[in-house]
Amino acid sequence: MSAAEITPVGTQGAAPEHLGGRGSWFKKLPVVHQVRQSVGLQRGMLIAGIVLVAVFVLVAVFAPLIAPYGWSQLRSLDGAFGAQQAPSAEHWFGTTVGGYDVLSRVVWGARTALLVVIVAVVSSIVVGVLLGLVSGYFGGWLDRLLVVVADAIYAFPSLLLAILLAIVISGGQSNMWGGIFAAALSITVVFIPQYFRVVRSEVVRIKGEAFVDSARVLGTGHWRIMTRHVLRNSTRTLPLIVTLNASEAILTLAGLGFLGFGIEPTAAAEWGYDLQRAIADVTSGIWWTSMFPGLAIVFTAMGVTLMGESLNDLADPRLRMRARSSKVSGDVAATSVEKGDVA
Amino acid sequence: MSAVATITDLAVSFATDAGPVRAVDGVSLDVSPGEVLAVVGESGSGKTVTAKTLLGLLPETATTRGAVVLTGRDGRETDVVHVSGAKLREARGRDVAMVFQEPSSVLNPVYTVGWQIVEGIRAHGEVSHKVARQRAVEVLRQVGIPDPEHRIDHYPHQFSGGQKQRIVIAMALVLGPSLIVADEPTTALDVTVQAEILDLLRTLRDETGTAIVLITHNMGVVADLADRVAVMYQGKVVEQAPVGELFADPQDDYTRALLKAVPRIGEGTARAVERASSRPDGWADSEPVVRADDLRIVYPGRFRQPAFTAVDGVSLTIRPGEVLGLVGESGSGKTTIARAIAGLTPVSGGSLKVLGTEMRGAKGRDLKAMRPRLGFVFQDPATSFNPLLTIAQCVAEPLVVHGRAKSAEAARRRVDELLEAVQLPRSYGDRFPHELSGGQRQRASLARGLALDPELLVADEPTSALDVSVQARVLELFAELQKELGFACLFVSHDLAVVDLLADRIAVLYRGELVEEGTGAEVLGAPREDYTRRLLASLPVPDPVAQAERREALRALQVG
Repeated sequence: MSAAEITPVGTQGAAPEHLGGRGSWFKKLPVVHQVRQSVGLQRGMLIAGIVLVAVFVLVAVFAPLIAPYGWSQLRSLDGAFGAQQAPSAEHWFGTTVGGYDVLSRVVWGARTALLVVIVAVVSSIVVGVLLGLVSGYFGGWLDRLLVVVADAIYAFPSLLLAILLAIVISGGQSNMWGGIFAAALSITVVFIPQYFRVVRSEVVRIKGEAFVDSARVLGTGHWRIMTRHVLRNSTRTLPLIVTLNASEAILTLAGLGFLGFGIEPTAAAEWGYDLQRAIADVTSGIWWTSMFPGLAIVFTAMGVTLMGESLNDLADPRLRMRARSSKVSGDVAATSVEKGDVA
Repeated sequence: MSAVATITDLAVSFATDAGPVRAVDGVSLDVSPGEVLAVVGESGSGKTVTAKTLLGLLPETATTRGAVVLTGRDGRETDVVHVSGAKLREARGRDVAMVFQEPSSVLNPVYTVGWQIVEGIRAHGEVSHKVARQRAVEVLRQVGIPDPEHRIDHYPHQFSGGQKQRIVIAMALVLGPSLIVADEPTTALDVTVQAEILDLLRTLRDETGTAIVLITHNMGVVADLADRVAVMYQGKVVEQAPVGELFADPQDDYTRALLKAVPRIGEGTARAVERASSRPDGWADSEPVVRADDLRIVYPGRFRQPAFTAVDGVSLTIRPGEVLGLVGESGSGKTTIARAIAGLTPVSGGSLKVLGTEMRGAKGRDLKAMRPRLGFVFQDPATSFNPLLTIAQCVAEPLVVHGRAKSAEAARRRVDELLEAVQLPRSYGDRFPHELSGGQRQRASLARGLALDPELLVADEPTSALDVSVQARVLELFAELQKELGFACLFVSHDLAVVDLLADRIAVLYRGELVEEGTGAEVLGAPREDYTRRLLASLPVPDPVAQAERREALRALQVG
């Protein structure tokens, strides 16, 4: 056998993707990339999640255009809406016991939910990641203290904690932004330990990696090691927690509203509050006041969860499904034996 | 008697994110009863996939073509590729068994070893617990576990690494399979233990007539144990021959290259002598770059466990431009010494002076002057680079940290020079670490270590994660650069042959203590200490005839 026959074949000579411009930038966008990567059931789940989330976000952003009335509007030019009206041409989803238009409340409610999710997630990420990074990197007594505090927060029922904070922050009643911040920050406190723990454990793991040792041998400063080497490598799982937390934030917000610690109906629309007001209607056969806000909560939470779960599965090579070829095919990949080594 | 296993035109491909990849491509092999067939190849050659196919252990993403027929002791034939799950489970253990690479991860830590062996027996037919236990004791005695009646109730962590591998072999052996597949059975073990395990496998083959398929990358192990060898490359078998023939007269280019790449003891001695003679006068009196006096390094105990002394009373010196090879088995403290010199592990006792700085009790500030004069090359090239930075950014990091350049872009000219010095194309600077092969990454690691033109380079097992042919190239490059740049070097390795290639002097560590130190010719040519002699004799050489002699010598050493 001659040497020519055993030279590497397959991936040899192929430039890495980020250099060669194989595929456009569009295909590498975070979510687009995952959709292309997925197959079968995972792809179905992911796309369903993306569609539901997209609808939620679009409705929230374009609420003024979509909603036929304002969230606290009780009368139009033709006069008062009337309470507990069944769905009709003027009020597709009917009206509530308070005389509000259900459709408008549901549409405006998406905006409140989105704002709360954004404020809650952003503030918990900033605080949680910073604490996790410092705690994991330096260790010692500060680390032990923070871990104990995080554990203690875990031990509280999260809704109870959120109620407590809602009372502390807003005194129990509020205008729109006050309500949103009260709801968001009470959710934040529940979430910080999650980000803290995830980032801390990643940092502790990465701190022991050889490339961090290599930076220490060079005499690199702590701040540079933390930001350049440790932080960027320990945030990989965060997007997944963000999506999962977003759905939890929606549910917590609805729970707060349901228990009466949410936002006043005149300040903003809120699904949980509407549900609470609809309890009495259920027994008297008025289904529309509870069903539509309820469905909005279910679909939004489900959409975000589906997206988060599928992204989570796709990020893990062990859970990711791949298309199996029915025949033996493909090239032999180049091995670690380099060209020229064998000659 | 017919073959116990016949592989006919086997092809396997895996579904990956980048489409299907073929791992095995038209392999045909036979294994006769009582024969040891070694399948040799480097990473990615398809040897492990071939072995796993014998047991039907491939993951779901694999697609298989061809036939793998196993013949049991009772003459039943099973085609592993096409058989149902139930039939396959029956054949496993009874007709074919496997010995894995890493014994400590194969044994379940929460069950006794006896339980784990008995489980295998009872999975194949109704056997009373008492009988099964009796059988387990017998098989443990057979693989040389002392006092098996008592030890059968011990947990895996109560055994040493070598004993654990013996237990894994016992588990494979207990149902009397006609074929055992051993996937790198000694790679995770120290050389002295490796020699014992190879002896055990040989004895078992002779006593029970079990055929063995030995998967390995180590030519020395092949020479020691195999009857027949199949060399695999890029998913194909490129050569098949009886062991004597293969080593004496390799037919294929790849086999020849592979054999040539294996480091042998004695190759570096001439070079070391030449270097020693060209030293200027007064060199021996010059101030050493590293001077350890009675060095002691203790890892503090946790949860009331006693502290662990990793290094105890070691004294050594490295003079400018000298390469000191530090050899020892796992747990000998060699890596600890390397890390202490780099300031990564605190010194507990004695004195360690590196480039004029006392390391004992040194704080970050005290080390500032010493840092840029020292380079470090890590063992595992896969983890020693920040995966999110390009190679150029990684190599530029020392320059940026020590203010020689403002940013990675500004340092690019120097980085290109460095990459060229380690024989990597400049364009590789724009790649990410995972886009390079192991050997290329280790060369980039060398470039980073040399970026600041250090006076001392500490290399901690720089080639132990690499394939032989890649290792040969990296070592050659290393020797060239050392000659050119003249840095002093501490070269840590568990492989005597590798150290011999590069080192001026060799120091042998055993359980944290320095047993022997001297030039390569002294330590390897005429070792004074028992331990060095044993270490040397345990190292299998890639030559079946010489290896048989060495085996006898080692046995004499152990008896005497």
